[in-house]
Formats: sequence, C-alpha cells, structure tokens
Amino acid sequence: MHLDEIYQEIILDHYKHPRHFGKIPEGQAMVDEENPTCGDHIKLNAAVADGTLRDVVIECAGCAICTASSSMMAEKLVGRPVSEVRDLIARFNAMMRGGPELSDDELGDLTALKGVRKYPLRIKCCTMAWHGLDAALNQLKA
Amino acid sequence: MTTVLPFDAEAFRARFPILGQPVRDGKPLVYLDSAATTQKPVEVLDNQRDYYTTMNANVHRGIHRLAELATEHYENARVKVARFIGAPDPRSIVFTRGTTEAINLVAQSWGRAHLTPGDTVVLTAMEHHSNIVPWQLVAATTGAKLAYIPFTPEGELDLAAFERLMQGPVKLVALTHMSNVLGTINPVESIIAAAHRAGAVVLVDGAQSVPFMPIDVAAMDCDFLAFSGHKMMAPTGIGVLYAKPALLEAMPPFLGGGEMISKVTLESSTWAEIPHKFEAGTPNIAGTIGLGAAIDVYEAMDRDGARRHEEALTAYAIERLMEVDGLILRGRAARRGGAVSFSIAGVHPHDIAHFVDQDGIAVRAGHMCAQPLIRQLGETALTRASLYFYNTRADIDALVASLLRVKRFFDRAP
Repeated sequence: MHLDEIYQEIILDHYKHPRHFGKIPEGQAMVDEENPTCGDHIKLNAAVADGTLRDVVIECAGCAICTASSSMMAEKLVGRPVSEVRDLIARFNAMMRGGPELSDDELGDLTALKGVRKYPLRIKCCTMAWHGLDAALNQLKA
Repeated sequence: MTTVLPFDAEAFRARFPILGQPVRDGKPLVYLDSAATTQKPVEVLDNQRDYYTTMNANVHRGIHRLAELATEHYENARVKVARFIGAPDPRSIVFTRGTTEAINLVAQSWGRAHLTPGDTVVLTAMEHHSNIVPWQLVAATTGAKLAYIPFTPEGELDLAAFERLMQGPVKLVALTHMSNVLGTINPVESIIAAAHRAGAVVLVDGAQSVPFMPIDVAAMDCDFLAFSGHKMMAPTGIGVLYAKPALLEAMPPFLGGGEMISKVTLESSTWAEIPHKFEAGTPNIAGTIGLGAAIDVYEAMDRDGARRHEEALTAYAIERLMEVDGLILRGRAARRGGAVSFSIAGVHPHDIAHFVDQDGIAVRAGHMCAQPLIRQLGETALTRASLYFYNTRADIDALVASLLRVKRFFDRAP
C-alpha cells in the first residue's frame, strides 16, 4: 500500500485533531454544502474585520482528506489579509485541478495534500472547504 | 438438451476477462461492487462484437437483409426477457435505458394519467433515489402525496405500518425487491396481495433482485417490474419495464418520436401497438441483443447452485467482517442478498474505499443513492461490498485483511 502518498502523519493529525472546528447550530451557517456523490458535509462560518480574516469555524462530517484539508486551510489562512486569502484559495484550487504547482515553502503543511491530485475522485474532498470559504467571503463582501 | 453442470464459481469467474486484469501496480483485481454494475462475460463481449460485425442495422424499418437480422435478434431478445421473468406475453416487455428510465416511464405515463390530488403513492424508506425522485416529480404535478413504509433496525419493512398506510386512498405502491444498501429481500408477494386488495397497483424495483434470484412476474402478480441489464452481465444502457399488457394499452406514450407511432399528420398522431408505443426513437439495439446474450448465460447455468454460492458467500462475508474491531453491519434481515454495507468506528467510508483500492479491492463508499435510508441509520455515508456469482472466499479474505490494515493504520495514528 502506498498509504504515505496521501495519508501522511500531518493529515492524520489534522483528521484526528481538527483545528478551527466547532458545532454550528442549524440554520446559522454561512455556507452549508454537501458533496452529493459521497455525502461529505461541510458547514462554515467566517469573520472578517479590517480587511483581515479574523476567524473561521468549520463543522465537517467528512473523510480524512476533507477534514484535514479544512483544518489545515483554516490554520493557514486565519489572521491573513482577505486579499491574500482569496489569492491562495484561487491558486490552491487551480493546483488541485491540475494547474500550476505552489511551492512547498508557500504551502507549508498543505504540501501533504499535493498527493491527492493523483486521485481524481478525491479532489473534491480536498477542495470543498476552500470553495466554502470562498463563498463565505463573497457573502461578506456583498 | 444440454446438461447443466453444477455451479462452479472458479469456472464461472474465468469467463470474465476483466477479473483477470491487474490494477494498482499489478495487484489482482478484487471486484466487490457488483450491486453498482456487474462485469461482463466473454459470451456477452463476443455477442457485442458479433452484432456490430455481422448485423448492425436499424430495426423495424428497411427491408434489407441486415435490418431483417437486427430486427429478428432485437425482438428475440424481448421473447427471452419475457421467458426469463415468467411473463406470458412478450408485448409486456418495454426496453428502456435502465431501471431509472423504466420507473420514470411509469411515473410520467401511468402516474400523470391516474394520480389526482389526495391520492397517495406508498414507497419505502429504503428506496434507491430512482424510486423516490420520479414520484416526487409526478406528485408535484398531480397533487398526489407520498407516504413511506418505515424499516426496522434490522432493516426489514414494518409491515404493520404498511397495513395502516393502506387504510388511506393509496393508488400505487412502489418498492424495491432487494435493498441495494441493506441487502434485505422484501416480502413483495404479500405486499402485492395486500395492495391489490386495497385496489392499488404495484411497481417492483427489481434492479438488485432480478440478477440474483429467479423471478416469476405471473406468480408474483406485480403490475410493473423495472430492472437493468448492466447489473446482470449485460451492457450498460439497456433496461426493462415489464407491465401487465392491459395497463400498457391504457397508458399514454412517455416519449414521442419515430418507432412509437402508427400514423402521423401535421395535426396529430396515433400510436403503435404495445410495446412499441413506449419505444420512441432508435433503441439500444446492441444493448438489447447483449441482454439476450446475458440471459442465455443465466439459462445455461445452474442458477440454484449459483444462488446458493452467493448466499453462502454472503454469510461468510458477514462472519469474517465481524472480525474487524469497531465494524457495524448495516442490515440484518433474515432474507437477504449479497449487498453488505457497514461502517467502522473512527474511519470514514471514503478513506476505507481509498485504502482498500490501494490493495486492488473495489468497494463502494458513499450514500449508495439512498440518502434517506443512510440518514435514518444516523450516518452520512457507508462502505458497501457487494457480491455476484463470480466472487469467492478469496475476495472476502482479501477485503478483511485489507480492512484490518486500515483499522490498524487509523488506530495507531497520533
């Protein structure tokens, strides 16, 4: 088994101990998305102040990849300027779809998710939270 | 008369070339996703090649030799299907793209003609989306209501609740013969009898049962039976709607176009006789003839032996799966088929499917197109191993060994 390709320690760590996770009461999520092909379910709230992403709260019923990707994303992006957040979301999602690769320096822990690109059926698991955060930021802008 | 040899799973398996194909860096394929679609035997593969190399032509029109051959084989497949499910009249066999289209045909044609506000359509809480959504669509246009027969924690229908539902103005009962998630074989015969006593017609979703067990629509007395070819060794894109001829005669067409007409003027048209009235456009000719070839394979084999093999293998699978610590089996009906769904505490079904795939093992993970059922179980997804006659104990052993590794991996993680 080539488990280490995508199931690296860092991913398992975020899966078992997800950061920025919490319970979001029914009807209070800015984004509530389900992946109809597999049932992965993400609820997400974001808070922005002074042009900075101040907080993200995620509730996720998903696989290790979906959970770890959500957790690592929040850890990476909370506290950054919204413009930077949006830029990284766009480039991360593009990379997962086969676009230009981001450097390991820039990705940090997220580098562990690069292996998921080899498994087309799992890319959606990996990008769900990222699309969710993007949608939440759109709502905050509106 | 040819003699039918006792069923031999290894010999049967050898007729499916894809099962000998290595996957994921040379690992032998362990295919445990037959409830989604079965693999195809050489007889069907050869038949498809033969069709396109010797008789490809459009059917029911043209008088040239190839058209004659194709039409003869196409209609002969209808006769084979009728015989296979015990339908006395081949005119009761309508070819569709699959189970889904067959159910939609009944919902749109029969449903729109018969359902009125206040009528009830009774379904079950264990249906596949293909036997829920078509009824939601027709309910929205007719004002009919939907009601669901619940199931017990074991995964069996609550027949007392069914009887209570039948006190109301029920026009139609539509239910699966065998659950694609729980494996449950439902007591359709008694449900059909009770529905008929209450004046309702019954549609049976046979997508999982027809491939597995002998079906006799005359004895069962269902009004409609829908099933798919691709879950019984035939190509994808061909399915069957069986309906009692009197019902078909009275139903308006579903799709309009060529094939299904008798006379067309600029103002109006009249319809062809059944079943052609329901087969608009050029049908899936190769698929239909391939379905006939798959039925030939069934009829040449020891079907009782094959079924006993699958039943014994299902029992073996359940017994061995229980060795995996934290595994919860979903569906413990007394009468069941070879769809075995489970969850493992602490490991998401996606991760399970991904891990076992690295060992060359194909299982299904997700909601199996039965979200209401999965939700009732308190889950968002399950893992399903589903069997067919070509599976052996070695397949189950490989799955269990792989699951034990998955479990160990996630248990030791930080």
